[in-house]
Amino acid sequence: MNQPLSSDTDRRTQTQRLAGLFRRFMPRDGVLVDAEDLRPYECDGLSAYRRVPMMVLLPETVEQVQQALEVCSAERVPVVARGAGTGLSGGALPREDAVLLSLARFNRIVHIDPMNRVARVQPGVRNLAISEAAAPYGLYYAPDPSSQIACSIGGNVAENAGGVHCLKYGLTVHNLLEIKVITIEGEALTIGGQGLDAPGYDLLAVLTGSEGMLAVIVEVTVKLLPKPERAQVILAAFDRIEQAGNAVAAVIGAGIIPAGLEMMDNPAIRAAEDFVHAGYPTGAAAILLCELDGTDEEVSELIAQVRQLLVDHGASAVRAAKDDAERQRLWAGRKAAFPAVGRISPDYYCMDGTIPRAQLAHVLKRIGEMSAEYRLPVANVFHAGDGNLHPLILYDANVPGELERTEEFGGRILELCVEVGGTITGEHGVGVEKINQMCVQFREPELVQFHALKAAFDPRGLLNPGKAIPTLARCAEFGAMHVHGGKLPFPDIERF
Amino acid sequence: MEAAVQPGADEGQALQEALSRAVEEKIPLEIIGGGSKRFYGRRARGEPFHVAGHRGVVDYEPTELVVTARAGTPLQELEALLEAHGQMLAFEPPHFGETATLGGAIACGLSGPRRPYAGAARDFVLGVEYLNGKAERLHCGGRVMKNVAGYDVSRLMVGALGTLGVLLRVSLKVVPRPARELTLVLQTVPQDAIDQMNRWAGRPLPLSAACYADDQLYVRLSGTERGVRAARRSIGGDELPSGDRFWRDLREQRLAFFAGDAPLWRVSVPPAAPPASLSGAWLLDWGGAQRWLRGEQPVAAVREAAAAVGGHATLFRGGDRRGDVFHPLAPGLLALHRRLKRAFDPRGLLNPDRLCAPAPPAGGARD
Repeated sequence: MNQPLSSDTDRRTQTQRLAGLFRRFMPRDGVLVDAEDLRPYECDGLSAYRRVPMMVLLPETVEQVQQALEVCSAERVPVVARGAGTGLSGGALPREDAVLLSLARFNRIVHIDPMNRVARVQPGVRNLAISEAAAPYGLYYAPDPSSQIACSIGGNVAENAGGVHCLKYGLTVHNLLEIKVITIEGEALTIGGQGLDAPGYDLLAVLTGSEGMLAVIVEVTVKLLPKPERAQVILAAFDRIEQAGNAVAAVIGAGIIPAGLEMMDNPAIRAAEDFVHAGYPTGAAAILLCELDGTDEEVSELIAQVRQLLVDHGASAVRAAKDDAERQRLWAGRKAAFPAVGRISPDYYCMDGTIPRAQLAHVLKRIGEMSAEYRLPVANVFHAGDGNLHPLILYDANVPGELERTEEFGGRILELCVEVGGTITGEHGVGVEKINQMCVQFREPELVQFHALKAAFDPRGLLNPGKAIPTLARCAEFGAMHVHGGKLPFPDIERF
Repeated sequence: MEAAVQPGADEGQALQEALSRAVEEKIPLEIIGGGSKRFYGRRARGEPFHVAGHRGVVDYEPTELVVTARAGTPLQELEALLEAHGQMLAFEPPHFGETATLGGAIACGLSGPRRPYAGAARDFVLGVEYLNGKAERLHCGGRVMKNVAGYDVSRLMVGALGTLGVLLRVSLKVVPRPARELTLVLQTVPQDAIDQMNRWAGRPLPLSAACYADDQLYVRLSGTERGVRAARRSIGGDELPSGDRFWRDLREQRLAFFAGDAPLWRVSVPPAAPPASLSGAWLLDWGGAQRWLRGEQPVAAVREAAAAVGGHATLFRGGDRRGDVFHPLAPGLLALHRRLKRAFDPRGLLNPDRLCAPAPPAGGARD
């Protein structure tokens, strides 16, 4: 497959030959090669990038995954694994010369063990389905990426997905015990264990967030936590962004770790309010949503303390949700922020940098200056507790030159995040989208070390080539150029 | 906003140059920080390579919940600094001696009693700077809470016992100290203790440690004043006045259970697993997930008992330090470990043999 193919006919013949090899063991309807069957797989959640895969495989058993990978390995065919396809960085973008391996049919919850507080599930199980299955035992799975009604746990592991509750409950990597994976050679490995740790290197951490570059996940055991007795949210409005930033530092400085701590700036507030009527103060420069959870007694004590801190730090209005309906309404505005911005602008480009929180005012000021310079408005939503910033650049792809300006602006925001001690991606992953900015964040020997790690798992580089870690040649060639941004599909799915 | 930075000494360049010379001359090195955990793991082979001189907190912003320190920073100093700002390392790293360093704690990856409820050492590592086996000075991760750029090499270093790199600097997430803590003691038998600890952990209680030792069940609660008071009513038992000391002695293995020379096994199992039928003295920590066993049991029997319930067993102290101290890895995993070791340390000079037994000579049956 590595030699150039002389014509479309050769390519088709080769595809048919490979399909024949896969059909020997795959389910009847599990090998897709026709154009109309491949179309739905041409992109993930970052739809600005589209490519039709050579073929799609839909295995139903671990043995079929093993055999499929053995064939790919022997035939030197690249493999792109895909969960629910909701990722935001093009991590599951297909290749014309690669097999797209969909884990969608691995959708079974294998076992819930309430005494050990774990759930063993197949990788295609939706994030929210785990919490639903655990609910009868008073337990839940904590990481809650905003696409949780649709995204799969296998994809969550591959991307190390976050959510609004990360500050207190951690990312995917903090909530896993064991995964079963198949290597590119078709070998089954168990990584981690059923206890709290495992012998040897922490391969669970390496595999988590590895964007399908190291192995294919076929089973996941996650930790379950007891559902808090009570959760309550406070809304605070501020006349200046700096005040909101200082209030966040004050809450954390007082020794309080909220379950969620979110900030929105004025453009984001107005867009969200127009869309879902959450009751946000549309005149505020910034709002904070601070959720506290725990036992009934703890929450009562913390709500009083946080309310006072917010007032002391200049909040012009503070309101605690009186009941769960009001709590849901206050969150609805935040959760709908992306689609809300989508309503007021023909296109928008979502960034995902993380910064040390103390740099917030500086970074927002710089973004504001760049916004004026590029003549492109920006709405900011911010996981304020953990420093993960999502500036949304508003643009119109139909206006000549505007997309290019947006891309350059976005790239400069990511570089600013690196400059102040942060990172180019907090939770969406590198994928194809931020691969050039990796050249800004890491130096050459660091990238070489990443490639050596990759080669220890996948010596021929057949798993998801071209994603996550740029080649040195790419860094040299593209230098400061900026990659394409994207518009999100599934506008009805909540996005943080 | 205040930043506190401790004085120290930056020996990063000197260490890089020293390592560079060793690499050129292919000299295997035993990396030594404070030397407090030298007993742990397999016996290392190599010339001593002292790293404790590279010390000092370089960045600490309490409201960011992040601290960055050089690896040789004494753990005591680091913890005292955090305490002065009302914060702590939530994974309660064991020191095993006054000379313990941050780098040693991270390289060993050990965690104390709070681990099942707050997280392990690896859960709090945000980024590291290290020297790989080619003496290149590399960074990975960072000093922010959320970061998915590049493979998670920072966490890979935790518990790798220095076999993949010499740690120079570590950034950690820190947490506020709880406003109130108290320890309760109840009398019970092992099976009931296991059930009880796991039933509590399945309820929204502010638990921060649970341990069964000498027929007594010890439970620590941490949180707000009223939250802890309410949980205390629900759990019952008597308050242990010197609770702090008990948990510190447990963490540092200073309880009577740990005295003497009999081999000490660490058995890591699903927390609700029934008590193993192995003879010997047991102490159950981590709500049942970390079980200590004293005695001269056959290695194979301990390993089998742990594996039977999905766990693993480490010969923590004593016994044959040149043998299988750690639970043997499945052949595919062992081969992957050796490839990873080569990826970071192509000449095999960093703490050789400390984690895995040496590979069979080239042309051997495996790898």
